[in-house]
Amino acid sequence: MNKILEARFIGPNVKLFKIEAPKIAEKRKAGQFVMLRVHEKGERIPLTIADSDASEGWIEIIAQGVGKTTKLLNMLEAGDYIHDLVGPLGKPSHIEYFGTAVSIGGGVGTAIAYPIAKALKEAGNYVISIIGGRSKEYVILENEISKFSDEVYPTTDDGSYGFHGFVTQKLQELLDNGKKIDFVLAIGPVPMMEAVANITKPYGIKTIVSLNSIMVDGTGMCGGCRAIVNGETVFVCVDGPEFDAHQVNFKVLKDRNNTYLLQEKEALHDFECHLDNAFFTLLKKQKNGEN
Amino acid sequence: MGQYPPVPLLPPKERTKIPRHKIPEQDPMVRRTNFKEVNLGYTIEMAQAEAQRCLMCANPPCIGGCPVHIKIPQFIEKIREGDIAEAARILKEDNALPAVCGRVCPQEEQCEIVCVLTKKYQPVAIGNLERFAADWERENIGIQVPKIEKKTGKKVAIIGGGPAGLSAAGDLIRMGHDVTVFEALHEIGGVLVYGIPEFRLPKSIVKAEVDALAAAGVRFEKNFVVGLTATLDELMQEYDAAFLGVGAGLPYFMNIPGEELIGVYSANEYLTRVNLMRAYEFGPNDTPLINIKDKTVAVIGGGNTAMDAVRTSLRLGAKRAMIVYRRSEAEMPARIEEIHHAKEEGVEFMLLASPIEYLGDERGWLRAMKVQHMQLGEPDASGRRKPIPIPDAIEEIPIDVAVVAIGNGSNPIITRATPDLKTNKWGNILVDKTTLKTTKKGVFAGGDIVTGGATVILAMGAGRTAAKYINEYLMNPDFVWEWE
Repeated sequence: MNKILEARFIGPNVKLFKIEAPKIAEKRKAGQFVMLRVHEKGERIPLTIADSDASEGWIEIIAQGVGKTTKLLNMLEAGDYIHDLVGPLGKPSHIEYFGTAVSIGGGVGTAIAYPIAKALKEAGNYVISIIGGRSKEYVILENEISKFSDEVYPTTDDGSYGFHGFVTQKLQELLDNGKKIDFVLAIGPVPMMEAVANITKPYGIKTIVSLNSIMVDGTGMCGGCRAIVNGETVFVCVDGPEFDAHQVNFKVLKDRNNTYLLQEKEALHDFECHLDNAFFTLLKKQKNGEN
Repeated sequence: MGQYPPVPLLPPKERTKIPRHKIPEQDPMVRRTNFKEVNLGYTIEMAQAEAQRCLMCANPPCIGGCPVHIKIPQFIEKIREGDIAEAARILKEDNALPAVCGRVCPQEEQCEIVCVLTKKYQPVAIGNLERFAADWERENIGIQVPKIEKKTGKKVAIIGGGPAGLSAAGDLIRMGHDVTVFEALHEIGGVLVYGIPEFRLPKSIVKAEVDALAAAGVRFEKNFVVGLTATLDELMQEYDAAFLGVGAGLPYFMNIPGEELIGVYSANEYLTRVNLMRAYEFGPNDTPLINIKDKTVAVIGGGNTAMDAVRTSLRLGAKRAMIVYRRSEAEMPARIEEIHHAKEEGVEFMLLASPIEYLGDERGWLRAMKVQHMQLGEPDASGRRKPIPIPDAIEEIPIDVAVVAIGNGSNPIITRATPDLKTNKWGNILVDKTTLKTTKKGVFAGGDIVTGGATVILAMGAGRTAAKYINEYLMNPDFVWEWE
């Protein structure tokens, strides 16, 4: 079990956790993820490592409470424990000097884009960050990202903050204004990543996306996370999670990510209707550090 | 000093007349609706009567047939004498997981096939007796910790908590070494917990045998992926030797159109969701599976994994569960007992057929498969008759779920991170056949990562062989690492 050192909401339903994990912190590179289980009957879910400190022995993850597992996770506080945590998994991001790099984060995808943007900056790139959200409170990590970006553009769908429109419209605007862009990283909902890929393709701009497939083990054993890239089957957990956006079959990714919609809905419903059920006993035990 | 009165030994002639005792089983129509164990195990009376059948050969061929060389006649004799505790102790001298092996070993092609009785009569039910002794010990006196040799001060890292690693750990701890098992998943057991279903091998039995290893001093580090959480080189700075038993890795698909559709699973994923993650009790457990109730499930393949997946489907409420296999039943690699059990439970067998395409709806869900019917031709490299497509014999069959159970390739994580570990073109680790030493000093390997997909007991045999030579390497300064 891994102890939570710090936990705070950074947006509506979006919580940041600093977790004690010295071995993972020591090894982890930008773009890698962990698999975790909240409790002993929990499912294994992948979450990208947002930040880490090897000398202090912690990693940071950011989770948006959308289903039962992430909502359970977001109930945990500093001092509680994560039942199982394994990593760092997946291949690290390929970081090099491209010139001008645009990092685009949509919603909680910003949390995944953030460490990569940081690494791109450290590699000498001129980094432009576009961080989108439905409205002002959904724009996360702006301060953190500003530290590693030469330009930052928050965008909101409703215009309550920053640029009024989608992240893709901001990207298009930059291109229309003649900005020379050498590299684009896009992380967020599948339709957003697909839209970014469609924009950059005619310009021939190298574009990378991080795929959020459903996983079980996260080490290549089950093949549940398979995606189609360049017409071939890949396992996102060991071959990715990052791929060339212009070669990803987004339709397959979207479809496969909907596999368990029914069960997820049912689980969430049961969970929210039985707020006194066994899970809370379990969680309580876990809060006390019992196994 | 037995726990039961001994059964007096009959003359050999009379002993051969006793028919083999069948193991009691749950009724097929009942068991196909539950996940409880199919085989119920012998009673003490059955076990002693079956033990009576063993002729106690002077040169017992059964020991040679066993990959871990269990002293079979000795432990059987103790059962007949009513000293089951001693029978279990003898078993554990050679086998770290007897309750597991008594259930999942293919005895019919190992120890039992070479039994002297096999030619004229039926072989002694060695597997059933092994299971009986191990179960008796666990249920009656608790698994006893074996005698541990004086501590050597040497540290061994076992990478992978499956059958190969656990069997190596069991031997090395008894030899007095300090042993740590590193496991990627959150539970120890490898294929024993993620692959083999509850109805064939209850998880509580694996847990009890793992707990016994822990009680003997083996340390377990779960949620640790060697190659990512730490490299093998880093571990080797802390450990004197290592054994790699990381298993078969990536599931094979057939690379036919439609395998990306929702409803097409690898057997690994399907079984992991149900077994390790307990998706069959969705609600209390959070891991989902597509709803199988009243659906049609096709399992592609003819091995034990395919049988596990298809029988699991029945228990999940499938309306139709079928095996689709490209050769005939005679070529099926699955154990005869598993094929027999599957048939009893109502599994359909579509033989000499192979899917060539999966068809989906507009939402990306599987709705049918196209199969190519086959006929058998000349034997191929494996010695089995090769399936040849019958021209124009293509059929479209409506199905809801397909489970691809055609084997596994090797997982790249550890070899990717360990460049001096040589592999063959399939990514299997190269080892010296006798000692199981790899091309990296101090590192041994065995099980599926070396052989490709095989059986639990072969992996355990490799674990034992490795343990023997790891001990040799650690204790004998003249051990030569360089390959001849």
